[in-house]
Amino acid sequence: MNKTLLYAVLLIVTVVAPFMFPTFGTQLATLWLMVVVALTWDLTGGQMGYNSLGNIFFYGTGMYVAAVVTISLVYSVSDYTNAAGGGTFQFTWAQYLTGLALGSIAAGLFCAACAVIIGYITFGLRGPYFAIGTLGVAIAAGELVSNWDWVGGGQGIALPVYPGDLDQGKTVFYFLFAGLGVGLFIFLKWLYGTRFGLALNAIRDDEDKADGMGLHTMRYKLTAWAIAAFFVGIAGAISAFQLIHFEPLETAYQTINLGIFMVVCVLLGGKGTLWGPVVGAIMFHVFKEVTWNYFLGWQWVALGALIVITVVYFQDGIMGWLMRVRPEWFGVSVDRSGKAEAAE
Amino acid sequence: MDQIWGNLGLLVEFPVVNLKIIIDGLMIGALFALAAYGLALVWGVMNVKNLAQGDFVITGGYVAWWLTGKGLPSLLGVPIAFGVLWVVGWVIYKLVIRRVIGRDLFTSLLATFGVAIMMAQILNLLFGSDTQSIKLPYDTLYFGELVDVPIAKLIGVCMAAVLATGVIVFMKKSRMGQAIRATAQNPRAARVMGIDTDKVYGFTFSLNAAICGAAGAIIVMVWLIQPFYGITYSIRSFVIVTAAGLGNLPGVIAAGLGIGVFEQYGAHIFGIGYQQAIAVLLLLLVLLVRLAQQRRNRQVLK
Repeated sequence: MNKTLLYAVLLIVTVVAPFMFPTFGTQLATLWLMVVVALTWDLTGGQMGYNSLGNIFFYGTGMYVAAVVTISLVYSVSDYTNAAGGGTFQFTWAQYLTGLALGSIAAGLFCAACAVIIGYITFGLRGPYFAIGTLGVAIAAGELVSNWDWVGGGQGIALPVYPGDLDQGKTVFYFLFAGLGVGLFIFLKWLYGTRFGLALNAIRDDEDKADGMGLHTMRYKLTAWAIAAFFVGIAGAISAFQLIHFEPLETAYQTINLGIFMVVCVLLGGKGTLWGPVVGAIMFHVFKEVTWNYFLGWQWVALGALIVITVVYFQDGIMGWLMRVRPEWFGVSVDRSGKAEAAE
Repeated sequence: MDQIWGNLGLLVEFPVVNLKIIIDGLMIGALFALAAYGLALVWGVMNVKNLAQGDFVITGGYVAWWLTGKGLPSLLGVPIAFGVLWVVGWVIYKLVIRRVIGRDLFTSLLATFGVAIMMAQILNLLFGSDTQSIKLPYDTLYFGELVDVPIAKLIGVCMAAVLATGVIVFMKKSRMGQAIRATAQNPRAARVMGIDTDKVYGFTFSLNAAICGAAGAIIVMVWLIQPFYGITYSIRSFVIVTAAGLGNLPGVIAAGLGIGVFEQYGAHIFGIGYQQAIAVLLLLLVLLVRLAQQRRNRQVLK
């Protein structure tokens, strides 16, 4: 009963927020983006125990796939990128919306396919080797794309501007991100309760034993990563339309920005929990915006310090800490009477 | 595509160009090997994977560059960078690394990544994001028409060799070197035998930072540095150590020289824009080869 009320309140806040705080429209949309990438990172990192540093690869790839699909529906991509914003390329409402819808779906599917291919190669790596290997994939992809003239090279690529009223556009993108986030949350909540979720946890706890018990661990790992990649790819596609112009190294394959933020969000909130990534993403985003406003110039140093402090001193995260001090909130009953008697 | 074939044709037509590329690659590779040796030391002794390795190198480079700007002789920058980075390494050990030893490996990776971001940004705030280098007032030796070797680079390689020899002798002969090697083999037994392992760990990490700093001070004399170049040096160190294995010093040197030559060839054939990508793709290649080796025995890379 209480839980239903909580979810209802949160849903109402989600819907009302952009109208209550219209000046923060883009901020709130970014917040949902953080929630989405944190949740997907936790699917493999927290639940399955494979700490990828390269999930940003799917974000960047999603952006580029969406852009290429949208443009190629109407114009030739090489003409478009050669003009570098100089020529006149008009998109009608119908063309824009088809591009947005088809581009997002194509981005999700393409990224899921990439995850299966890359995963097939890299899932033989464990622990730090997996992290370094996936980081390598993301960095290499960014460098290669920035040398690829067909998609604009290091200059990046520009998408059509939202054809309607721009303030309305901000709200539209907020709801696209929010819808993706809510959908992902519900999907994961269901997924973690199934046999599939248990299999992921078994892989995290002892992969060799899980293999010995007859689980086809490779299939589970590939499926989980493909799910994560699907959602991150869609998030990337929506970001591409929201940002309009993006370039490969700083925006699309931003390894040291969003690529590391998503990991910190999860660690801050609590690894391997459903709510942890959500709470962590909100806290991290608020911290980031505050430092950006008040420590201008030193914001990156502050963020690095936050990463170090979270990782070294506070790795259980907020949810882990809550579980320790308030286990009864999580349906775990603790018998404190024995302790009290012993104390007397 | 035509350009790539053209560059390849050049190599076949003028074999001397190969010689120049190989000499350049070996010189740069010697410096990569130095930083990688530090990583292998820390990795082997304390089981910490240090992603801030490259930023130690860059910091050392900036120390030397700043001192040269103040009028000191450039070559003096190398020992001073060694000393400064020793202190930096010790402070980072006390604040961060000491608390991640013995924790799971992802923790050390992420914590040092945080340190790397902080160091790169502090350098950026202090010195700006332009590329910097020191021009040494020495001539260039010419062998034939196409092969030129700046004396500055030769001096750099000699200093790297002296430093490497010094560290190797220290590890073999001195009491502290013995303690470090004992701790690497079995920390618990070392503690039982009366070795203060905390001190050994601190010393090892400081030594690693100092080696990297000296390497950076040499690199700034023969190449370019920039606050955000650090991550590539870290990745190169990982490539070398992964390819060579831990505690395999000849392997580290060979892999370092090899990656130097490979990168120079790659930059020549594909263009300088691909240099970073080549370093990273080499890492993936090395990981895959190691993985294929392990798969033959039904094992995984842990």
